[in-house]
Amino acid sequence: MLATRFASRRGALELEVAFTAAPGATTVLVGESGAGKTSTLRILAGLDPAERGHVALDEEVWLDSETGRWVPAWERDVGYVSQDYALFPHLSVVDNIAFGLEAQRLSSATTRERVEAAMQQVGIATLGDRRPGQLSGGQQQRVALARALVLRPRLLLLDEPLSALDLKTRRQVRTELRWILQGLSCITIYVTHSPLEALLFGDQIVVLHHGRVSQHGSRDELLRYPRSRYVAELMGTNLFEGALVHPERSEEPVLHSAEGGLSLVSESGAGEVFALVDPTDITLYREPPAGGGSAQNLFAGPILEVVPQPPAGDRVRVVLGTQPVLVAEVTREAVAGLALREGDRVFASFKATGVRVYK
Amino acid sequence: MSANSPRWSWAGTGLRIGVALAAGLLLLLLGLPLIGLVFRVPLGDLLGRLRDPLVLDALRLSLVTSTSATALVIVLGLPVAYLLATREFPGKRTVEVLLELPMVLPPTVAGVGLLVAFGRTGLAGGVLHAVGITLPFTTLGVVVAQAFVAAPFFVGATRAGLSGVDRRYLDAAATLRAAPAHAFVRVMLPLALPSLLAGVAMSWARALGEFGATITFAGNMPGVTQTMPLAVYLALQNDLEAALALSVLLLAASLSVLLALRLAPLGSTLFSARAGHQVR
Repeated sequence: MLATRFASRRGALELEVAFTAAPGATTVLVGESGAGKTSTLRILAGLDPAERGHVALDEEVWLDSETGRWVPAWERDVGYVSQDYALFPHLSVVDNIAFGLEAQRLSSATTRERVEAAMQQVGIATLGDRRPGQLSGGQQQRVALARALVLRPRLLLLDEPLSALDLKTRRQVRTELRWILQGLSCITIYVTHSPLEALLFGDQIVVLHHGRVSQHGSRDELLRYPRSRYVAELMGTNLFEGALVHPERSEEPVLHSAEGGLSLVSESGAGEVFALVDPTDITLYREPPAGGGSAQNLFAGPILEVVPQPPAGDRVRVVLGTQPVLVAEVTREAVAGLALREGDRVFASFKATGVRVYK
Repeated sequence: MSANSPRWSWAGTGLRIGVALAAGLLLLLLGLPLIGLVFRVPLGDLLGRLRDPLVLDALRLSLVTSTSATALVIVLGLPVAYLLATREFPGKRTVEVLLELPMVLPPTVAGVGLLVAFGRTGLAGGVLHAVGITLPFTTLGVVVAQAFVAAPFFVGATRAGLSGVDRRYLDAAATLRAAPAHAFVRVMLPLALPSLLAGVAMSWARALGEFGATITFAGNMPGVTQTMPLAVYLALQNDLEAALALSVLLLAASLSVLLALRLAPLGSTLFSARAGHQVR
C-alpha cells in the first residue's frame, strides 16, 4: 500500500495531494496540464522534494517532513517511465535495460537473464543491439517500460506513457500496455490528461485539479457520481450542486444551486446534494417549448460548440453557453432539422425525471 | 532594371565585394604564414634537424611538460567543472571569474604572478620549500606555468559539456538505482565526452605553445625548461633555418591537435543527431 500526502509549491502551483494506492491495481492520476500530475510523480519517485508531508510504501517511509526523513530516488523501490522515455542515447537497448541492474551490482548472469525476460515481457526480444535513435516511438516506449520493470519495482510510475505516440501506434500500444499492467503485482500509478485512458486503465482514479485532489474513486463512482463540476465535465456529463428544498403547495422538491433553481421529482431528503443530468436526456429547441409544466427544466443560451461524435457522427455533442454551461448529446438528424450552428441561441430542456440526485 | 530591384543593386554589390575582400584578406593573413613555413623548409632538412640533440631535447621536453600539464589540469579541473555545472554555491561567480582570468591575462604577467606566489620568496614559497618542492626555473615550474594558462580551456569546455547533458537522463539514472557517482561515470561523462575531449585538446595545444609565462617563471635552460617555443625564439636570433625547422615541427603538432579536435566534434555531431532524433 502506498500512502501519500504532501504539500509543495511548484512555481505558481500550490500542490496539495493525498491518496492511497493498492498493489496489483492501477491508480490513474488524471487532470489537465498544469494540474500537478507530473510534479506528484516526481515527488513519489524521489526526484523532487516536498516541503511538507508523508510518503510511505508499506512500512518504508520515504518522506516525513516531521522527522526530516527523505529517501533519494536511487534508494527507492520505484520504476519510473517519463513522458519522453529518456532512453540513454549512448547505450544499446540491452545496456539501457541492464542499467538499473548494473547499478545494483548484480552478477552479469542474473542481469542477462532478467534483461532477456523483461524484453520478452514487452515484446522487443529482437531489438537488443539497436540504439534508441534507431527505434520507433512505440519501440522506445517498450524499452522504457522494460528498463523500469526489470528492476521488479514495488511502485511503478508511468507519466503519460502514450502521449508521445501517434494515433495508430497509440491504440496498439494501449492494448498491449493494458495486458502488461494487468499481469503486474506492483502498485501502478498512471498519469494521463485523457479521460478515456483514465477510464480504460484506472482501477482507481484520482482527479487532480489545480494541484488538489478533486475526487478519488473507482471508474464507476466517477462516471455515476461525479462530485464536482470539473469531474463531471471531464466525464462528459452535467452536474448541479446545491441545497434541496421542498416548496409549499408543490409535490416536487427544487434544487437551489448557485446557478438557479432546478425542478426535481420524487426526491425526499434535504440538504446539500448533487444532481446529474445525462447529456442524452437534454432536448434542444429553437423556440421556448409550450406547456411543459413545472417538471421541465429550461435553460437558454448560445451554442458554443457542435462536435460530431465518433465513429460516424450519428450522435452530436452540443456545448451550450447557458448558465451553467450544459452539454447535450443529440442525433445528427436533430442538428440538421433545427439547423443548429455555433452562435445560434437555443433553448435546452430536460424533464425532472431525467435528473439523478445523490448526496 | 531599376537600381533598387532586389536582384541587383549598387548597395548590395558593394556589400558583397566588401565581404569578399575582408574574407580574402583574413584568409591571407592566417594562411600565408603557414604556407611560408611549409614551403621554406625542405623535408630532408627537417629530418636532419630531428637528430640535433638541442632540438630533440626541446621537443621531448615540450611533449612531456604539455602532456603533464594537461593531465594536471584534468585531475584538478574535472571536479571543479562538475561542481560548476551541477551546483549553486556562494562565491560561484568569483570562482568563474578566477577560472577565466588566465585566458585574458598576458602570459608574461601570469609568469610574474607565479613568481610572486610560488617563487622562493613568494607567498607560498616557504611552504613549498618546507616540503622540498622548487618551482621557479625547474621542469616542474614549466608544467605549473602551462597548467596555469591551459586550465580555463579544459574547465570551460568540460563545464559546458556537463551542463549540456539533459536533466532527463540524470533523472532516469536516479530512478534506475544509480547513485550520483554511478550516474556521473555511466551517463554524464559519456554524454559530455566530445566536449571533454575538445577541452583536453585545446588545453594541450595551449600548453604546447606556451611561451610568456614559461620564460618568466621557469627561465630558458636547455633540457630543463627550454620548451619548443622558447627554442624557436632563441634559434631565430642566430639561425633562421633552425627556427624555421622547429616552427614546422611545432606546427605539425598543433595541426594534428586541431584535426583531432575537428574530428571529435564531427563524431559527436553524428552521435547527437541520432540521440536528438530519439527525443520527442
